[in-house]
Amino acid sequence: MEPRVLTSKKPLTLKGFFLQWEWMLVLLFIAVIVMNVNLSDYFWDYNNLRDATMSFLDKAFIVLPMVFIIILADIDISVGSIVALSSVIMADLYAHGVPMELALIVCLAVGTLCGYINGLLIVKFKELSSVIVTLSTMIIYRGIAYILLKDQSVGKFPKWFNYLGWGYVGSIPFILIAFAVFAVLFGILLHKTTFGRKVYAIGSNPTASRYSGVQVDRIKIIVFTLAGLMSAVTALFLTSRMGSTRPNIATGYELDVIAMVVLGGISTAGGKGRMIGAILAVFLIGYLRYGLGLINISAQTLLIVIGLLLIFAVSVPKLKWKGTGAKGKAV
Amino acid sequence: MKKVLTLGLAAVMAATLLAGCGGNDKEAGASGGSPSASAGQPSDAGGKKRLAIIFKNTGNPYGEKQMEGFKKAVEENGDEAILKAPDQPTAEAQIQMIEELISQKVDAIAIAANDPDALQPALQKAMNAGIKVISLDSAVNAQSRITHVNQADPERIGRTLIQGVSEMIGGEGEIAILSATSQATNQNTWIEWMKKELEDPKYANIKLVKVAYGDDLRDKSVSETEALLKSYPNLKAIIAPTTVGIAAAGKVLTDKGLKDKVKLTGLGLPSEMAEYIESGVCPWMYLWNPIDVGYLAGYTAEALVKGEITGAVGEKFTAGTLGEKEIVADGDGTQVMLGDPFKFDSGNIAEWKEVY
Amino acid sequence: MFADAALAVGTGQGAATKTTISAKFAKFRELGLLAVIVLICIGVQIRNPSFLTWENINDIAANTAILSILSVGMMLVIITRGIDLSIGATLALSGMIAAMTVKAHPGLHPLAALLLGFAVGLACGMVIGFLVAKVGILPIIATLGMMNVFRGLTYEASGGKWVSAHQMPDSFKQIATGSMLGINNLIVIAVVIYAVAYYFVSHTRTGRQVYAVGSNPESAEISGIKTKRILWLVYTIMGGLTGLAGVLWVSKFASAQGDTASGYELSVIAACVLGGVSIAGGSGKISGIILGAVLLGILNNALPMINVSPFWQNWIQGMIILAAVVFNALVKRGIDRNNLMRRKI
Repeated sequence: MEPRVLTSKKPLTLKGFFLQWEWMLVLLFIAVIVMNVNLSDYFWDYNNLRDATMSFLDKAFIVLPMVFIIILADIDISVGSIVALSSVIMADLYAHGVPMELALIVCLAVGTLCGYINGLLIVKFKELSSVIVTLSTMIIYRGIAYILLKDQSVGKFPKWFNYLGWGYVGSIPFILIAFAVFAVLFGILLHKTTFGRKVYAIGSNPTASRYSGVQVDRIKIIVFTLAGLMSAVTALFLTSRMGSTRPNIATGYELDVIAMVVLGGISTAGGKGRMIGAILAVFLIGYLRYGLGLINISAQTLLIVIGLLLIFAVSVPKLKWKGTGAKGKAV
Repeated sequence: MKKVLTLGLAAVMAATLLAGCGGNDKEAGASGGSPSASAGQPSDAGGKKRLAIIFKNTGNPYGEKQMEGFKKAVEENGDEAILKAPDQPTAEAQIQMIEELISQKVDAIAIAANDPDALQPALQKAMNAGIKVISLDSAVNAQSRITHVNQADPERIGRTLIQGVSEMIGGEGEIAILSATSQATNQNTWIEWMKKELEDPKYANIKLVKVAYGDDLRDKSVSETEALLKSYPNLKAIIAPTTVGIAAAGKVLTDKGLKDKVKLTGLGLPSEMAEYIESGVCPWMYLWNPIDVGYLAGYTAEALVKGEITGAVGEKFTAGTLGEKEIVADGDGTQVMLGDPFKFDSGNIAEWKEVY
Repeated sequence: MFADAALAVGTGQGAATKTTISAKFAKFRELGLLAVIVLICIGVQIRNPSFLTWENINDIAANTAILSILSVGMMLVIITRGIDLSIGATLALSGMIAAMTVKAHPGLHPLAALLLGFAVGLACGMVIGFLVAKVGILPIIATLGMMNVFRGLTYEASGGKWVSAHQMPDSFKQIATGSMLGINNLIVIAVVIYAVAYYFVSHTRTGRQVYAVGSNPESAEISGIKTKRILWLVYTIMGGLTGLAGVLWVSKFASAQGDTASGYELSVIAACVLGGVSIAGGSGKISGIILGAVLLGILNNALPMINVSPFWQNWIQGMIILAAVVFNALVKRGIDRNNLMRRKI
């Protein structure tokens, strides 16, 4: 008897291999690079390309766990607020004399806690969708940040803190290395562990997974906690990039992150998508913005371009694979 | 199937190329004609210099006028102006724009900041790369800039507003302030100076009951104004040093027919406030000419780039039609002042409401 | 018909023999929400006696009118398991176009301006409906993408300028400030829309089909309902209502800006979810969203009035919303438990 597999894999044909979403992203990426090179002489310059990543990679850390969340057919729109809250608490502690190293660890702890609370609420109150839970916590977490710092900003961190967002290892930005490490870790977690398989299973069919013995609740809590942790990591890098913090940082991050994940081929209906897709999407959108920024395109045109890109990228597969669309689940 | 893919890709490339090269008169120097010719040239000594301005957000008529003034000043000097503004008023977006300008090796950056401290590392990187950095309108901290172009002394703004309000209400009564966001440095500085002015014994009968934040959002400013009116029925005047707030308060006061009971003043755009000044809801208000602010910033940047000044206190330079300007001290930094705030009332509003 | 029967059972119209208190609550689930509203009103009134005055209630109603109009459209979208993140941008676009037209042609009848805004919104909604229904893009992406596009178009259309009060003819501004029979126009319009919506949702075939599509799209398709058309219709309606709301907004605030209503979609979604519309699709009542919108409107009005530091406003608002939805969830558990107990095994 043939061993049973969890996902249905189509036989590997050359055509099938190249028609995958991720290859389309690669092609789009190449197209974007080619276009950018044509538009500006400043683009194809090692220093510039390298420094560009430092701008857009700070929110990329959240993309990694968000892939998990969206595969689960859930969503987390509180990540921006978690970034703000972790950063604010860290800065507030530092301003009151706590050594920076300790404050840094507290930042990570706060983010993890916020994520854990999200997961707990979602799992304990199954009637509530993740949208409404994270919508409320989004407002609450940022609210706490406002209560703590009010209208002040805290800055003047020790010199070494600046290294996180601006430093290099040799000639490679530290943030890029950090992202690469996390990306590999999360990629392995998703594709090579049973945890990852279970996440796919839950996303495809939560009821069946539960009856197959998968601990749906525990996995959801872990995933949301990871999102909180990575939001705190983003908080570290973002605060380092800005050299200071306020309660209103990272507004709008959640939509950017979700856009990157979705562009990466991870369907919000759940159960589909690959980590590499999301990573490609991060660089695709990052370099597209950067390249267009180099020719000083107006903000409104940029909005329209990004919007159209998103729609176009998502429509193309729909037009080809008429049969295997989303399963009409959730949002 | 692959055809669809390639056609689609070609369409996206074409669309973005068109968008990029498309004529839009805000992209001075980057659009119109061959992209590789104009957008790409690094400026060499003796060639055209490139000076950039970053405003707080896009679609803001006040900001548009400042950028217009800046461009005029730069082009009067025979150089090229780059105008940038993010679609969201965040510091993060401005950091990205600063990086983009550093990559383009511009000669100067003038920025109206969304956050006074958060741009420091980015601007310091720019200065280390040899770019002259100044701020205008909304300042960055002294370590992030060479000098700041200030539209008017914040102390004068704060004191003038209180003096004006006192005149309007006959020296006694309750007043409230409707501000923008709680994080806006300009606002907080002006409010501090207003409070300092109120300490003067001649305002002993005027009481500041509340500072409300409308977040520069129309609907929130309306709610906050309505709340003020209800919570403090004896309120005599509202000071709103923000263009969105003052217009919102004007509408609320008009709709409720409180024209003679509650006075309104603050800082507002003449176009937005024309209706309320003409009707008397707002007897007078103040602002300054944003075109001039941008123009002065342009000349300041030019003077720095040309090496005429270094940003130290006491230096003087000529700012085109604005005449001679001197650099003065400002906290632990320096600044250049445009002048005094300008008063708009029913006498002159008609001519200014079409300008901005 | 198959779908109709399924619906009848689904919304709990079965005979109730024994009802506990929580089941009674749930039948009028809105009562729970109403209780929260009453509690808040009492609380605020104690701190600030000018809260429950006729004038203030009028203000709340006028401010909430626009939110509630949008909630009707959003409810229909969410019922079909969709979401619409672009309404802020559509609102800004239609408002801006209407305002610019009125500025250029001051003699234009206000009704024409309303129709223009409605048409712009309708067009936007049709595009999204096409993307979701025909192309099959997930609503969150389609609306996220188009949100950017519409916002960009708004900035382009306005040319970076705002349309100010003095450029709008009085007749235009009267749309929002005028009143019919002593009641503010906005409230009247909202009431009319609710009446139409109630009729549509409860008494027309198409209305019931919307619920069917959301409840179980596959069964709906099989039972002969044209799912694609219903989806397209729902987004078009949302677009039309948003376009209308755009004109009302611009008239109410006597100003049209490029960044109008940025982020407003979250408030509308919150109002719907508070009102008991399930994100999983298939259920939602008009009475619920009225209360949801009212609750949010009261929160927006009351928070500045209770004289707490403005830095506490966000947190308080978030906690109230969370408390309200958790309360709703617990109440729903009550009904489910009762329904299970009543089953004869």
